[in-house]
Amino acid sequence: MPSVPHGGRLVSIEQVEQTPEKAKDMLEGQKITVPYETRVTIFNIANSVFSPLCGFMNLADYENVLENMRLVDDTPWTIPLLLHVPQDFRADPGDLISLVDDHSQPVATIECEQVYDISRKEFAMKVFGTEDEAHPGVAKIYSSTGHILAGKLQKVAKFSNNPFEDCTLVPKETRVLFNEKGWKDIIAFQTRNAPHIGHEYVQKTALSFADGLFINPVLGKKKSGDFTDQAIVDSYRTLTKNYYPKNSVVLSVLHYEMQYAGPKEAIMHAIMRKNFGCTHIAIGRDHAGVGNYYGPYAAHDIFKEFPDLGIQAIFMREFFYCNKCGGIANEKICPHAETDRLTFSGTKLRKMFLSGQTPPKEFMRPEVSQVILDSKNAFVE
Amino acid sequence: MAPKSKYTTVSIPVTLQDRIEKLISKKTGFKSVSDYVTYVLREVVAMHETKEIPEPFTSEDVAEIKERLTALGYL
Repeated sequence: MPSVPHGGRLVSIEQVEQTPEKAKDMLEGQKITVPYETRVTIFNIANSVFSPLCGFMNLADYENVLENMRLVDDTPWTIPLLLHVPQDFRADPGDLISLVDDHSQPVATIECEQVYDISRKEFAMKVFGTEDEAHPGVAKIYSSTGHILAGKLQKVAKFSNNPFEDCTLVPKETRVLFNEKGWKDIIAFQTRNAPHIGHEYVQKTALSFADGLFINPVLGKKKSGDFTDQAIVDSYRTLTKNYYPKNSVVLSVLHYEMQYAGPKEAIMHAIMRKNFGCTHIAIGRDHAGVGNYYGPYAAHDIFKEFPDLGIQAIFMREFFYCNKCGGIANEKICPHAETDRLTFSGTKLRKMFLSGQTPPKEFMRPEVSQVILDSKNAFVE
Repeated sequence: MAPKSKYTTVSIPVTLQDRIEKLISKKTGFKSVSDYVTYVLREVVAMHETKEIPEPFTSEDVAEIKERLTALGYL
């Protein structure tokens, strides 16, 4: 049975076609232009990925999340969800504000609850644990205004031009799907990469103890050198088609901008997958990390602070190929030295692909390698 | 500066407090009896709360969703 939604309910916000007739009343009042990433966040709020939130956070929730990793009603929440607006923006509580895209097309309407300012340095320290601007999350918060509009979304324009429409499921759909499949224990797997053998072993090890596996790759803005969205989707489609039992796996993408907040983001990843109905989530090495900002297993430790999270983390060690074992192993089950091990390095893989080489089959399934080699743009520039 | 969380006082038997103090002194990761009690209560309260949550869909919702899932090849 799918997990209960976070905070006890699935948020439902009216969604309309983004056409001049149907969205006409969404263009009344003050307008704010929002970037694509905000549009994606709004799509996720409207489709209950961020339940129980039905809009952008007010000051009380913001402060409580920073200080206590919980909303003011005590619901676990580790990264504030904020709408940054231009510094000169002013509005009164109750005002209806139109959010538009960069073509002035309606995205959503939001009822102003509050306008407030935050300290971006405090945000950086408390969310990312660093003020280093080389950290992509810190760089992003420093480039934002820190002037915040809080309020509930009233009406949202449907997300048009989604190139991955046929593999984008929202929580209410996955919940029905899991029920139809009769799955009770459902493991979520979060990823932002094309799958190598190490990923496959994490997924299959977790699946061995569950009824179903929900592979939920993150698509959207990433950093240079990451796999492109198309490469991720194509490679996962190939892997699941060739190497997974059809009735044990669901592949669906999540449009979401990575924050690279390490352990705190691991909790948010778990909350989102709980809303999709998953009962468990696989948490591997350096989950949602970047560079050396977080310990390799920091994302494992943080789960101890949330006995009421409502989704169980399954902590996985890093898998590698061991020459002496003659197969895939991890440090818990392999006694051999590091010199006997072939680790699945993303950097190494990227170099091989960029020079036109096919990685060895111990590293990546040949069918998956071929999909990436055939791709025109497998990596973000 | 964000405010600290608000707290209230709950009475527990002194004998129970003694047992908890003894327990958490064994490197459990809890800093205080309050930390321990908060952790345990959150776990128990969440368990009870989830039992009371109704199914979020109507049968019409389910039929509509199943139609899309079938069209996409998921069902």
